[in-house]
Order: sequence, then structure tokens, then C-alpha cells
Amino acid sequence: MPRANSIPWWRTRRMRDVLFQVALLLGVMLLIAAMVNNAAETLQRQKIASGFAFLDHTAGFDIVQALVAYNEASTYGRVLLVGILNTLLVAFIGIVITTIIGFAIGIGQLSKNWLIARLCRVYVETLRNIPLLLQIFFWYFAVLRALPGPRESWGLFDTVFLNNRGLYLPGPEAQAGFGFVVAAFAAGVMASILLAIRARAVREATGRVMPVDAMAAALIILPPAVASAVAGFPLHFSIPALSGLNFDGGLVVLPEFMALVAALSTYTASYIAEAVRAGIEGVAKGQTEAASALGLTRGQMLRLVVVPQAMRQIIPPLTSQYLNLTKNSSLAVAIAYPDLVSVFAGTSLNQTGQAIEIIAITMAVYLTISLTTSAFMNWYNARIALTER
Amino acid sequence: MRLLVSAALLFLGLAAVPAMAANSPTLEKVKKNGYLRCGVSEGLPGFGQPDNKGVWTGLDVDFCRAIASAIFNDPMKVRFTPTSAKVRFTALQAGEFDLLSRNTTWTISRDVQLGLEFIGVIYYDGQGFLVPKKLNVTSAKQLNGANVCTNTGTTTELNLADYFRANNLKYKVIAFEKNNEVIAAYDAGRCDAYTTDASGLYAERLKLRVPGDHIILPEIISKEPLGPAVNQGDPQWADLVRWTLFALLNAEELGVNSKNVDQMLKSPNPETRRLLGVEGAFGEPMGLTKDWVVRIVKRVGNYGEIFERNVGQGSPLKIKRGQNALWKNGGLQYAPPVR
Repeated sequence: MPRANSIPWWRTRRMRDVLFQVALLLGVMLLIAAMVNNAAETLQRQKIASGFAFLDHTAGFDIVQALVAYNEASTYGRVLLVGILNTLLVAFIGIVITTIIGFAIGIGQLSKNWLIARLCRVYVETLRNIPLLLQIFFWYFAVLRALPGPRESWGLFDTVFLNNRGLYLPGPEAQAGFGFVVAAFAAGVMASILLAIRARAVREATGRVMPVDAMAAALIILPPAVASAVAGFPLHFSIPALSGLNFDGGLVVLPEFMALVAALSTYTASYIAEAVRAGIEGVAKGQTEAASALGLTRGQMLRLVVVPQAMRQIIPPLTSQYLNLTKNSSLAVAIAYPDLVSVFAGTSLNQTGQAIEIIAITMAVYLTISLTTSAFMNWYNARIALTER
Repeated sequence: MRLLVSAALLFLGLAAVPAMAANSPTLEKVKKNGYLRCGVSEGLPGFGQPDNKGVWTGLDVDFCRAIASAIFNDPMKVRFTPTSAKVRFTALQAGEFDLLSRNTTWTISRDVQLGLEFIGVIYYDGQGFLVPKKLNVTSAKQLNGANVCTNTGTTTELNLADYFRANNLKYKVIAFEKNNEVIAAYDAGRCDAYTTDASGLYAERLKLRVPGDHIILPEIISKEPLGPAVNQGDPQWADLVRWTLFALLNAEELGVNSKNVDQMLKSPNPETRRLLGVEGAFGEPMGLTKDWVVRIVKRVGNYGEIFERNVGQGSPLKIKRGQNALWKNGGLQYAPPVR
């Protein structure tokens, strides 16, 4: 290679590329080091405490909703956990509901019924064009104003109560022997999965279709019911009752939670609806024509031909909407839902004053949640991707 | 790349101006800017809120105006930054304003860990409860099972936890970031009680649809000495702020007010003469003029005038002096002498 010899080694294309990369990396590292150094020096000079020791200190305040044991004597580390779980709860329930609404509205937009298609269109255009924070306030104050006070609660069979302090449900309390019921349920689910695999094999081999749904339902319901009867019904419920100024006992769904889930899921659904519509419209017309030529019903056509192909285009935007919903849940602080930002990046930050550490932890948590969601959705997307044979 | 790095370093360097100069660097900066930057509340009647022309008024606001008067002889040379309870300390630490004058409780952890310096007590307060009359509650001890609305990031949340735990009462805390949402949620019936400093309860009650339907319970469950705070690392600036507060109190004690300050210059009382700079020049070592107290009192008034105008009998709040009376009148307000 005569030309390579004429250029010195450090001026070759490859070497230059590497050198630029290294220089850039060094520059970025230097910048980060300078920032860290500057922050540390400033904190030192202003005599602001630093480090992560505060996570073991007693927090001293209460949190209205905690999914793990928490009280005033718990530590800031525990506050962090409570905050993360509350955020995950809103994100999870929100994602489930928004997916259902989003798909319904998205498919509705393509309906042949003029009224339904228009209404779905109006839904999308209205909700995605109003700022989310306003929608959260709307839901919150709409919920609060519509509901009665605790002494005038709406009750159902004296076990379920709804008032402006929340929705009170009977709380399950496991007694001795409840483990058997759980085991029976798990066994039923396992058996149903095996049955489904077997039924598929039978169908592919012989074309005979087994009544899998009914059999699976029986397998899942009957064993726990029998186990429960044998063990003497080991699940008791604590019934909410008026005590002092409010209801006590049972499970309570806070109005803040209801408003936040309602606002997040209806808002995000307007974007998901668009993704779904685009996905379905992206399936070539020939596919549906071929399906109807094969004699599939309209339902089968959607389920077996259109949706599986549309999903490939729906999943990537759907993922980013799930991430948006999770991140938007941090607006919870405006209506006093005790999410991560409210209890940890809010109250804890103020009590300890350790802004840098707390914000860094909070960002790391959101990043982890987002990357995990993303990884899961990418895995799912890869699974349903077109397998070319 | 090198240019970028050095630009970044320069930028970061500027963000951390060293606090080692001979005179107060904060005062130098204030004089250079031509105005004082003051962190105040987001709108608490009587303590800090803009009126319908956008002019800030209130007890905490007037304190900033007193400092501006001492420095510039002009109470209007202040820029106010409204801050929520949650961000106030971070904003002060970041140097967004020169002092925080925003009904903030002086506690050991804030004073010692946050890199702040509390300079005194401008208002002795305590945490109380606001409840609707129709709840038929006359004492905080009857609040068993109550849902209590409050602000996040306040000592209020901790006092509440302590009080209910000490009295073996159940409760739920609903904590909002902003005052307006707390009061809106309370007004919508979300909570049985609203808790914050008693002064705040009087002020926020005015925002309710029917203020007369709500009462403040007699229990005061905490000590809340409210005072201005400055960043640590500039002791001269802290002195200037502290002695502005003492000047307001000393002026009231010596009977110097905005109407008689010019006659008082002729007073034979040596204490008055020292305060007003007729004898001695106590303002000068702080970087002020010797008539600094005259400027303050003439423009803003003494402590008593500020109190009555903003939260006392001259205001809709009608709060009594109580613990905030001068020590001579049985209150707690006491300032060291000017000598």
C-alpha cells in the first residue's frame, strides 16, 4: 500500500477519529470534574453539610400513603422507598388505564360510525391541547367538590364508602392457612398455561379447537375455592368504620391518587390514540382484503391480521408515552399526592438541605424506572417483530 | 475544545464569587446593582404580597424596604423574588437574592446545616389550627382521625407529627407545595383542619369563601420564631441586616417614629442621639452613613408602625401585639443597645 506509507501514522483517518474521540472524552471528563470540584468547594465554604449520612437520620414527618410500613420515626432512606413505591403505583395503574382508553379511542377514530369517530377525534384534540397541570387541578377540584363530607358519605352495603377523603374499601387481612389458597391459585394458573400450550399443539396438529377459556377459568377458580373452604375461609376483611372525624380501617384510595391517575391516563391516552390510529392505518389495505378473501370475520381480521402488524408501529411511540406518563407523575406534588418528588425531593430536601444529593438520587431513580420500562418494551417489540422466513 | 473548557471553567468560577473581601461583598454587590434582592413569600396577606398595582407590601417586605432605605435612602430600591417554602433555602444558597425575608422559622438544623445565618426574630409565632365552625371542635385535642392540610417543606409537618404522636391521636397529613392549593383544598372540604403558623392562619383565612365560618383553635403547638436569614460567609452583611432589625425595635422603644423623627434629632436623650447618629457614627463601620436609622424610620417607620400597618389594627388581619410587644410592655421583642 504505497499511499498509506506516504501519510504518517498519526494522520491516518482511523487514528484521527480515535484522537478526536479521546480529546472529546477528556474534555467532558474535565468539565464534570471541574463542576464536582466547584460544587464541593462551594458547599465547604458555605458550610453546607454533604454526604449520604442523612439517609439514616430520622425523618420525623408523616406520609399519608405508604405501601410499606412507615411512621414518623422512620428514616429518610425509608421516605425514599415510600416515595418510589408511590410513584410506581401511579405509573403502573396509569399505564394500564391509559392503554385501555388510548386503544379504544384510537380504534374509535377509525370507526365507520360518524358520531363515534367525531367524538374520538374531539377527545384527542381537546385533551392533548390543554396543559397537563391544569387538567390535574381540574380533576382534583372536580373530584373534591363532587364528593360529600365524611359524615354524609355515600355507602354501599355498609362496607364501601366514598367521600371527599377518599374511597374506603374493605381491606383484606390474611389469616393462618391463607398460604394454601395462594398455592392452589398458583397451581391453577400453571395448569392453565400448560393447557393452553397443549391446546395449541392439538390445534396445529389436528385442527381441533379445545374450549380453553372455560377450562382455564375452571382451573383458576375452583382449586382456590376448595382450598379456602377446607382451610376455613382464612381471608378476613377489615371493614372501614367512622371513628373520630373520619373513617378508619380498610383500604383507602386517596382523592389525590384518583385525580392524578384520571388526569395522567386521560391525557396520555390522547397521544396513544394517535399512535394506534397511525399504526392501524399503516397496515397495507391488501392485508385486510386478503383476510376477508380467506373468509375471516371482522373480529378475527382485526385480532389475527391487522393488530399484530399494527403493533410493530405502535410499540415505539407507545413506549415513549409510558415514559412520559411516569415522568409527568411528578406533577403530583401540586395536589399533595405523596410521590417521590413530593416526599423526597420536597419535604426531605427541605428538612436536610442536601439538595445536590437528593436531586441526584431522584434523577437516578427516574432514569432507572425509564430505562427499565424502555428495556421491557424493546424486548416486547423485538418479540413481535416481523420474523422473516 | 480548549476554548469550550476554559469558557466553562470561567463560567463556573464566576458562579462562586469568593467571600473573602475586606468589606461586605454582598453590600458591594447591592450598591453596584443599585437595588437589594429580597426573597419573600408567594403571597401571604400582611407579610408579603403584591397589591393590585404590583407593589409588594407586608411585614417581611417592609423589612427589606428598611434595609434598602438604610443603603440607598429609597425604600423602593428592592427587587422581590417570591419563593415557595420548598425552594427558599436552595434559592438563597444559590445567591438568587441577598436575604430571605419570608416568615421562616429559626431552628438549629436550618441554622447549622444549611449554610444560613438567621439574624434575629421579626415575629414570634406558633403553629395553630384552623377548622370549620360546623365541625364543632373547640380544642386541637378533639382532632382524632383528622385529615390535616399543610405545606410541604415546613417545620409545620414535623410539629404536626410530634403533637399528634404526643397526644396519641390519629391523623393524616395532606401536604401541598403551594399555599393557594392548600387553602383551595381546605375550602373544598378535603381536610378537617388547616395547620400553619397562627399568623399565617389569620392571613389565609381571608382567602376563604366565607372567612367567618372558620375558627382558629386556642392551642399553639410550637415555637415559631420567624426571622430573616442570610448566607453564611459574609459576617458584615449579617451585621447590617441584624442591626437594621434592632434599629427598628430601638426606634420604637425610644419613641422615634416616621412622623417625629426630625424633631427627635434635637432630643437631649443620649440614647436617641446615638441611635439617630447625632452623636457617634455607628452606621459607618457597616458601610452605611451615620444617619442610617433616620433614613430607615423616615421611609418605613419603626417596628411598631410596621407591625400595626401590616398585620395589626391598621390591617384586615387585626393581630394583637401579644408576644411581639416590646419587652417593656410584657412582650418578647428586645434589641441590644446602640452604643
